This record gives sequence, C-alpha cells and structure tokens, in this order.
Amino acid sequence: MSDRQYELVYILPPDTTEQQVTELHEQLEAVVSRMHGQIEKTENWGRRRLAYEIAHQKEGVYVLELINGSGELMKELDRRLRVMDQVIRHLVVRVDHEKRVVERTRSKRQSNSERRRVKRGLPPQRQPGEGRPAGEVEEPEDDRFDGVEV
Amino acid sequence: MAFGQGRSGGGGGGRGGRGDKKPGDKEKGQRRTLFRRRKVCKFCADKIDDINYKDVKLIGPFVPERGKILPRRISGTCAAHQRKLQTAIKRARQLALIPYVTD
Repeated sequence: MSDRQYELVYILPPDTTEQQVTELHEQLEAVVSRMHGQIEKTENWGRRRLAYEIAHQKEGVYVLELINGSGELMKELDRRLRVMDQVIRHLVVRVDHEKRVVERTRSKRQSNSERRRVKRGLPPQRQPGEGRPAGEVEEPEDDRFDGVEV
Repeated sequence: MAFGQGRSGGGGGGRGGRGDKKPGDKEKGQRRTLFRRRKVCKFCADKIDDINYKDVKLIGPFVPERGKILPRRISGTCAAHQRKLQTAIKRARQLALIPYVTD
C-alpha cells in the first residue's frame, strides 16, 4: 500500500535558522527512504504569524512535505515529530483520495460542458472574448452574508 | 435570471443594490418586508472543488471575528461544501492558521 500520498506540515520556532530547517528535513528524509517512501515535494512557507500562541511563540516557520509512502511510515514520522521538541506543531493529512475525487469532478464538469457546447453547435472550448471577462470581480465578499451577525 | 440583472444594475452603488428590489405584491403578507437576496453557495458558484486547509484566503470569510464557523443558514453554502469547509477549518485551526477563539 505504498500508493498513498500524505501531506505533512510542521511548525518550528521563529528563531530556527535555515540550516536547522534543512537538517530536520534530512532527518525526516532518512526515515522516509528507510521505510521505502519518497518525498515528492518540500515547501518552505517561511515565517508566519500564528493565530494563537503555541509553546509561548507568536510566530512560526512552516514547512510542508508531500510524501508518498505507507501508513506505517507516517505513523513513525508522527511519533518522531511528537517527540522532537524543536517541532512545536505538526499535522499529517492523507491527500491521495481527496485529490482523485477533485480530479474526477473537474474532468466530469469539463466533459459535460464540452458535450453541451457541441450540442448547441459551439466549439467545445470557450473562445476568447466569450462570456464574462475573467478578471471581473463579482461583488465585495462581505456583501454575501447580508450583514447578519452571529 | 433576474438575479444577474439586478447585480449589474446596482454595481455602482455598493450595498445600495438591495434597495431597488421590491417584494412582490402578492407575497406582501407572507413575506418579511425586507427582501433578502437568495443566497448561493460560493463554492458551487465559483466552481471550487478543492477546499484546502492551506488556503486561508478562501476559508477566511467563513470564520468571523469571534472564530466560530459561519453557519450554513447565513453563508448559504450547500451541505456538501459546508462539510468540506468544516474539515478544512478544523485542520487550519490545528496549524494555527485560523484561531479557535478570539475575544
């Protein structure tokens, strides 16, 4: 079952250096490759404000890893991250299933619209200049909720 | 599609767009005097399939100041999308992208 894909996001304290981030990344990579997984993508979001204090910190360095691997691997990673005290928060989410569903609905919508367009005697793809211009903003966001307070 | 018409007409006046829609004469008794625009699911209308916890810009409007999740009856989100939104918001909260509470 190694066709699963997981997203791992972890937060480090704001005073972590670039070097420490890569060190931690290499540590994780070692675990991943030892358990026959593979890191597909790494994204460093940099320093961000935290919405609430974690470990007396108001900011954090966010790192996202996209990992192909088994559930056991993620369990092991989760356990390790939990123990590491330089990681103040982490989250593991399985994404492959969700991605497939999104892909399916998107392609379905696409093919449906093409079929309908052909039926109306139009070319299957939308022509430039047709319909509403792409950049047009519909309306301000807060108008949607009709000013009702919760 | 009177819906689209009204929108483009009232574009200049900001929130004044609601005023030029009068309640139908027949419904006067049953309806509330203030006409409410029909609410549409944002995700259906904009064809957003993927409600991701990383996309704070997308989720943000559904978490008002207090930090609670905006109920469906106010946002007009459809049931399926509200469910996805709910998990996305809860995940974003775990990562401190969105607050649990603010007072």
